[in-house]
Amino acid sequence: MDDNKDTGMDHHDTHNSNPRELQMARSMCWHCQSEVSGEYFCDRCIKVQPVSKETDYFTCLGFPRRLTIDPRKLEAKFYELSRAFHPDFYQNKSETEQAISLGNSAILNSAYRTLRDPIQRAEYLLDLEAGAVKELKNSPPADLFEEILELQDTLNEYRAAERTSETQQQLRAKLHAEQLTLEQRKQDMETNLQQLFTNWDALQDHGDATSQARTERDRLLKQIREILANRTYVKSIVNNLVATIG
Amino acid sequence: MSRIVGIDLGTTNSLVAYMKNGHPCVIPVRNERTMVPSVVAMTDNGLIVGDPAKEHLVRNPERTVYSVKRFMGKALEDVQSELAYFPYSLTEQGGVIRIKLGEKSYSPPQISAMILKELKQRAEEHLRESITKAVITVPAYFNDSQRQATKDAGLIAGLDVVRIINEPTAASLAYGLQAKTQGTIAIYDFGGGTFDISILKLKNGIFEVLATNGNTRLGGDDLDREIANLFLADIRSQQGIDLRAYPDQMQAIRLEAERAKIHLSNELKTQISVELPDKKGYFTRELTRDQLESLTMGIIEQTLVPCRLALQDAGLTPDTIDEIVLVGGSTRMPLVRQRVQELFGKTPHCEINPDEVVALGAAIQADILSGGTTDMLLLDVTPLSLGIETMGGVMSSLIHRNTTIPASAKEMFTTYVDGQTGVDIHILQGERELANNNRSLAKFRLKVPPLPAGAPRIEVTFLIDANGILNVNASDMRTGQSQSIEVKPSYGLSDQEVEQMIEDSFKCAAEDIGTRKLIETRLEAGALITTMEKSLREGDRLVAAEEATAIRAALAALSTAKDGNDPRTIRACMATLEQSAQHLTVAILNDALTRGLQGKKVSDLT
Repeated sequence: MDDNKDTGMDHHDTHNSNPRELQMARSMCWHCQSEVSGEYFCDRCIKVQPVSKETDYFTCLGFPRRLTIDPRKLEAKFYELSRAFHPDFYQNKSETEQAISLGNSAILNSAYRTLRDPIQRAEYLLDLEAGAVKELKNSPPADLFEEILELQDTLNEYRAAERTSETQQQLRAKLHAEQLTLEQRKQDMETNLQQLFTNWDALQDHGDATSQARTERDRLLKQIREILANRTYVKSIVNNLVATIG
Repeated sequence: MSRIVGIDLGTTNSLVAYMKNGHPCVIPVRNERTMVPSVVAMTDNGLIVGDPAKEHLVRNPERTVYSVKRFMGKALEDVQSELAYFPYSLTEQGGVIRIKLGEKSYSPPQISAMILKELKQRAEEHLRESITKAVITVPAYFNDSQRQATKDAGLIAGLDVVRIINEPTAASLAYGLQAKTQGTIAIYDFGGGTFDISILKLKNGIFEVLATNGNTRLGGDDLDREIANLFLADIRSQQGIDLRAYPDQMQAIRLEAERAKIHLSNELKTQISVELPDKKGYFTRELTRDQLESLTMGIIEQTLVPCRLALQDAGLTPDTIDEIVLVGGSTRMPLVRQRVQELFGKTPHCEINPDEVVALGAAIQADILSGGTTDMLLLDVTPLSLGIETMGGVMSSLIHRNTTIPASAKEMFTTYVDGQTGVDIHILQGERELANNNRSLAKFRLKVPPLPAGAPRIEVTFLIDANGILNVNASDMRTGQSQSIEVKPSYGLSDQEVEQMIEDSFKCAAEDIGTRKLIETRLEAGALITTMEKSLREGDRLVAAEEATAIRAALAALSTAKDGNDPRTIRACMATLEQSAQHLTVAILNDALTRGLQGKKVSDLT
């Protein structure tokens, strides 16, 4: 698994609306005022329609809100919609249509970028389902606390040690071993996440509205949220380590 | 829908292409040549562009501009280290470089506009129709200021720039159209002044760029410089002359270095010869391919760094790349090919002329935009991260590098003090952590209604369009009103300046056309004089004495008219000369025919 959202930037255009309102709104065509029932084009005048601000990325790309997505199907849908929206194909159209094409393409590109990466996808889904994941503090994982403190000390010693000295060489070896341990831990977290993703999807597919299902849902979300935060934390520690020892 | 042409506005050469019956083709500009050297010279008879201007490089170095692309969207401080290499003088005004040519100063977009105008005229002559729309290519690693400057150049030249497209991706279109390839391809584009690497995925007509990287200050120019520096050192040590004080010779050396480099792509050694100043004769030496390679190895090695970074950003390793395509004149060097082959472990493609492939791709993109080609679609990326300066001078990234464009990001702004009426926003581009180390794109003040601190909520949208150019919009979340933002670029011409330049350019246009007509008429007159003088020498005896005298008088009249400034007078004198020589021309023709027949008989007999 890979993600390029190291710092959990909070500038992305997240759509933090209530999930129940996130269905594609039936609306009027901006051009001929008839009701639009199709996805992105008016049935009557075939003009392109703006993707509504309330449309979430899953809906935009026509996928159910699941944590496992077939990357080939996602790519195929992205290409199909790119052909429908891209400004290249609106050069001879009206200014309004050109503006819609530009706006839709930008949304489509963000949607694809977010959904194609499993980690970003999960973070996004948590945003939709249970408020912002980023509100959770990046405190060190409880079971790692001691280890991280010790690692920080070693890092400081390494930085203070004379270059290419024997002490530094030893510290370097120690840090390298630590790096491998942390990477393994990150790997374990990802395996763990994969399982939770599958569980979440199964629960959604089942569509139970019982109180038991609701409890299970909240428990899963909480778990995913915790592991995602821990993973981000471990990842930044590893990056820092690699940057220091090269 | 009027025709859209594709233009490759290069550091060294520029080309224009169009789509002809579903195939892109380059428009010939002079004889068989398709390239217009990107050179502009100020002569006593006005501005000239292309091949004729190139002749002024040595004769008139202070007033002949080349490699202007290196200065597009730049401030003087950005090019400090290169200034010594250029014989023309550069100044700065409002964050934009100005180039002094005779009495006047021109911004780089104005100089580029002259090259674009030349291409526009050539295309109009060839296609016999007015050309007003173009797709212009830029290096993929060009930042916002450099793209904007290119767009400005188009406007000044009277062209509606319907799209700015990246050179390596343009090249991929030309290859894709030819081969209908599927898979992952790397485009290695090493031109006259810039280097780009782009990695793309091709699938069912979609060209999706995965990552791009490059260096906008690394090209064939730099290779020439290494060779030139070797000559300079040789001349200094052997002759005790420092040629750097002689702009003419410096240009001669630069051109000789370029020639030697090109020659050594096919040969193993070459002779170099430069005339020394003050009639001290010539400096000559031999340069071998081995020597060239050891001189330029460092620069070629520098191109491999962006290649590795792009692969890393695309999440790929060299062996997962299916095809490598070479673009740009510098890829003709055997060492370049060898290093690229070693990096990717595959023989690179170069079936399409590396000088023309970008213009051909631009023509395909132009055809896509006019609705001709519908099965291909290019999804390009922004090469550099875009962000804003936050507390403590740190850059906060809003759109990451290698994000597919169009791309947008929204950011909410509010106030910290009661009644505050403005928020300053500083837009940056680059990969460094500190704002200072990145490129400043623009600074502007967001207007905010005076309210208690924290109450205003202004949402600013940063949108990078399909040209890779930034658009900024703000809207007040409380009132829903959108606010237009006047963004003064940090390193670029303001809208007013561009408008003024367009106006100036139209004012000059009448003058330019006059100058152009004069130059062409003079050339024709010169050719006619040469022919007639030859005819007179050969056929003097074939016509009456008074006729020959009349011809001589007409010749003298034309020679005088040719030195004047009125093309109509020249034309009139040419007509008189042709008329007075009619007899002579016929007589020579008859004479030749008779002798030809006689000759045939002789040959028949033997």
